[in-house]
Amino acid sequence: MEAAGKKEPILKVQNLGIQFGGLKAVDSFNMEIGESELVGLIGPNGAGKTTVFNLITGVYKPTEGSFYLNGQRMNGKKTHQIVDSGIARTFQNIRLFKKMSVIDNVKTAMESKLSYGLFHAVFRTPVYWKEEKALTERAEELLKIVHLSGMEDYEAGNLPYGQQRRLEIARALATDMKLLLLDEPAAGMNPTETEELLEIIHFIRNEFKISVLLIEHDMSLVMKICERILVLDFGTTIAIGTPEEIANDTRVIEAYLGKEDEEVEADAKSE
Amino acid sequence: MERRVKISYVINFLGVLGVFLLFVLLFESRIFGAATQYIKGICTTACYTIIMVASLNLVVGCMGEFSLGHAGFVSVGAYASAIVSGALTGKGLPDLALFLIALLAGGIAAGITGVLVGIPALRLRGDYLAIVTVAFAEIIRVCFCNFSITGGGKTMSGILKLSDFYWCYWIMAACVAVMYLYIRSRFGRTVMAIREDYIAASASGINVTYYKVLTFTVAAFFAGVGGGIYAHYMTAMIPTNFNFMYSAELLSEVIIGGIGSLTGSIIGAAFLSSLPEMMRQFSQYRMLAYSVVLIIVMIFKPGGIFGNWEFSLVRILHRAKKKGHEKAEGGVQPWKQLERKSRY
Repeated sequence: MEAAGKKEPILKVQNLGIQFGGLKAVDSFNMEIGESELVGLIGPNGAGKTTVFNLITGVYKPTEGSFYLNGQRMNGKKTHQIVDSGIARTFQNIRLFKKMSVIDNVKTAMESKLSYGLFHAVFRTPVYWKEEKALTERAEELLKIVHLSGMEDYEAGNLPYGQQRRLEIARALATDMKLLLLDEPAAGMNPTETEELLEIIHFIRNEFKISVLLIEHDMSLVMKICERILVLDFGTTIAIGTPEEIANDTRVIEAYLGKEDEEVEADAKSE
Repeated sequence: MERRVKISYVINFLGVLGVFLLFVLLFESRIFGAATQYIKGICTTACYTIIMVASLNLVVGCMGEFSLGHAGFVSVGAYASAIVSGALTGKGLPDLALFLIALLAGGIAAGITGVLVGIPALRLRGDYLAIVTVAFAEIIRVCFCNFSITGGGKTMSGILKLSDFYWCYWIMAACVAVMYLYIRSRFGRTVMAIREDYIAASASGINVTYYKVLTFTVAAFFAGVGGGIYAHYMTAMIPTNFNFMYSAELLSEVIIGGIGSLTGSIIGAAFLSSLPEMMRQFSQYRMLAYSVVLIIVMIFKPGGIFGNWEFSLVRILHRAKKKGHEKAEGGVQPWKQLERKSRY
């Protein structure tokens, strides 16, 4: 698929696949994401959406194919190396550092930007103070973006659900990424919270000029914000296109709603 | 550096100094009479136990992994420092310098062992890691039983008695301070994040293995320093001193004191290491008493006596000052006492 007529895509995935034993969880997955593009990844439960995320972030090692970030091959790299090169993610089941303060959650994600070593840490040299101060300021800025100012010292696990989701986004932002993977960011949110989330996604996209790949079950949200949508079913890509195209694609409707009776019969006959 | 922070350093230093002067006063005034030397000895025991327990707390509390092989690192430190101090005796070095060099050597030797053990072992988590650390500690012990330089299973004796309480006190204070600063820096923050959720940590760009091995190494280093003091206090030792029971004892002191609380480690270690000395006649029941205490703590306060609470002199002074103010103002506003946690 064309990256919306733009130059070099940020992320280029070629024939990516993974096999768990005899099961092909994802099969020859192709995708390109252009600069500051917002792409949706949808599909029924168990279609392999989160597996795609896990492949791109290095949690799973792909058994076939490869993927490139800014032209750089990423296969076989460790998760933290991939994050350092610019892919950050959030999780479907929120994974915050629950017992740590909100601001420490964000600071932790900026770890690789720090350069002071053991000596500076133990002797609390000016280098330490300077870097930690800059870190704190940056973390506060990011918390402001996700509307969590003033919550810095709360324990992350005690935040309400919607705020935890937003904190996870702030933590992902802190890694200074070019591509943000959001795994069902609106799951379990009420309409007001979803609205706020939409605003935040729009804002960070414009502010940081990043690309976003979004997994979401809330179709109205996906249709509203995504420029392109990619539909997965049983590990294979069944459709790619603009929201309107996807909404009218028969295969997509089949995957979600099943076939109508006559069609099933017709299929059975033809076989 | 902010003024507030500078002041807090001064206050903490004065606190440590105050406790030290209290001990000096107690010992020099001969209040204990003939028992002074004996009590000094118990206090030295407490010092090195505190270092060992606090270092184990780095692994158990901060990193959230159970290590049942801490005695292994202690023994490496003890033997290495004993060998170094033995080799350097009679070279005209003052005692304190000799002692510090020996301790440093012990710490470094234990630290290197920590790296070597940590790299393969820290791939595992939880129960599996605990079992592997037991195995490594046993390997180390068996090695010391067979090396001729360590006495080959016999008692290694004739180690200089360099562990003076006054020195040990300051070494202990420095070690605990360094560990505290380690926890309250990027390293502690990162390791705690790994403890909370290692998948999220690596998805935040953290090299999980590196930080785990680093923390394990720092813990091993301080265990080695503790072992060095131990060697120069006991002046004689045998590899079986550092068996599984010793590791278990250290671990139970961490748990009783409070997982993740250095305060708990200090008080727990000081109390539990001096307890058997005070009740010598029941010494064979020591492990029994430990187990009973451990069970009671686990039932009534699963996080240990101090949980993850840390004692803070600065905070206490702050509160006292505030209370004074409020009394003067004539009204208590409890929500005003909710102060901001330190950001650094």
